[in-house]
Amino acid sequence: MERIPILKLGNCLIAPIQVDMDDSTAIALQEELTQQIVKHRAKGVLIDISSLDVVDSFIGRMLANTAAMARVLDADTVVVGMQPSVAITLVELGLSLKGVRSALNVEKGMELLRRADEEPAAEPANADDEK
Amino acid sequence: MADSMPQVLARALHGESSAILQAWTSQQEHDLSLRNNLLKPGELQKQSQQLLDALSQALKDGPADDFSTSTTWEPVRDLLSRTSRSRAKQGFTPSETATVVMSMKRPLLASLQRQVGDDSSTLNEATWWTTDLLDRLALFTMETYQKEREEVIVRQQQELSELSTPVVQLWEGILALPLIGTLDSARTQVVMESLLQAIVDTGSAIAIIDITGVPLVDTLVAQHLLKTVAAARLMGADCIISGIRPQIAQTIVHLGVELTDVITKATLADAFAVALGRTGKAVVAKKQ
Repeated sequence: MERIPILKLGNCLIAPIQVDMDDSTAIALQEELTQQIVKHRAKGVLIDISSLDVVDSFIGRMLANTAAMARVLDADTVVVGMQPSVAITLVELGLSLKGVRSALNVEKGMELLRRADEEPAAEPANADDEK
Repeated sequence: MADSMPQVLARALHGESSAILQAWTSQQEHDLSLRNNLLKPGELQKQSQQLLDALSQALKDGPADDFSTSTTWEPVRDLLSRTSRSRAKQGFTPSETATVVMSMKRPLLASLQRQVGDDSSTLNEATWWTTDLLDRLALFTMETYQKEREEVIVRQQQELSELSTPVVQLWEGILALPLIGTLDSARTQVVMESLLQAIVDTGSAIAIIDITGVPLVDTLVAQHLLKTVAAARLMGADCIISGIRPQIAQTIVHLGVELTDVITKATLADAFAVALGRTGKAVVAKKQ
């Protein structure tokens, strides 16, 4: 079984998906991501699916679930680099990933996470982690 | 009864070919009197002559029992399909096209009568056989005419769907998709694909879908639009729908379509202003 690496960058976690995901890979990723969020007290999760050509309803739901879990653990999720064919497939499957934010590429995704982190200015603890 | 029906007819055709041609052409000219400007002078005469020659050759050559497949009738089929195709292109009506063959009946039957003479049973049979043959020729003509028309329609549909889905870049990071004409499932698919591909190619974060040219928005069209918006959102691009006319706004509300998740603007200019604001740009008047 192939493992998806999870990288820590500041207070964000990055999961670049470079292989064709099967169900067990997806579940493993989900488990490890939630563990890492707790371990590093991450505020943002960025999942890069730019090299993913095929998705099915399971992977789609997995993405939505991961976002929901991260939300519970107080982290924002951004999915970046979705291919047009993948987007069309997900829409046809009726999965619009309501709770998930998306961005065109990693750069814009990181910017989105940073802005989301700044917005709730009520938490001064985060301000120290900036930059 | 010495001769078979094809032979009787062939003899009639051979014996009076010029008279038949004369009568047939004048009959056609009479039927098409209003449309004479569509045909070049002499074209009708030439077409008729060729068809008559092919017909008499086919009658001489062999059995006529199987008009649609036998090789003896191939020249006749060729000529007929060429004629009806060209008529379809020139804009003749179906009945005018069928007239080409139908108008042959009167001169042919008259010639048969002169040929056979008083033998009423032979005449009866020959008349029946000739009518039958001409009917089949006419049906074939109509079929080809119809086919040609359908090809024209299919070609136009393809051209239309390619023509009407341009994605234009208004500014760096801002795309616009002016939609013109009715949206059906097939077209939405093309629209969606070309928009999403353009989003990837240009790295744009905002796309404006302008529906000024969409004549009517029903639940199906609204659903198609929402699908496109959802797909673009999944890729990380926001969509703005603009060009909503008052009547369409009324229809959308009456139908109970939920457009609350999407930014909607009345005009493309409004949408562009919003898009500029989103990308952190503004239009500023030049200092005098």
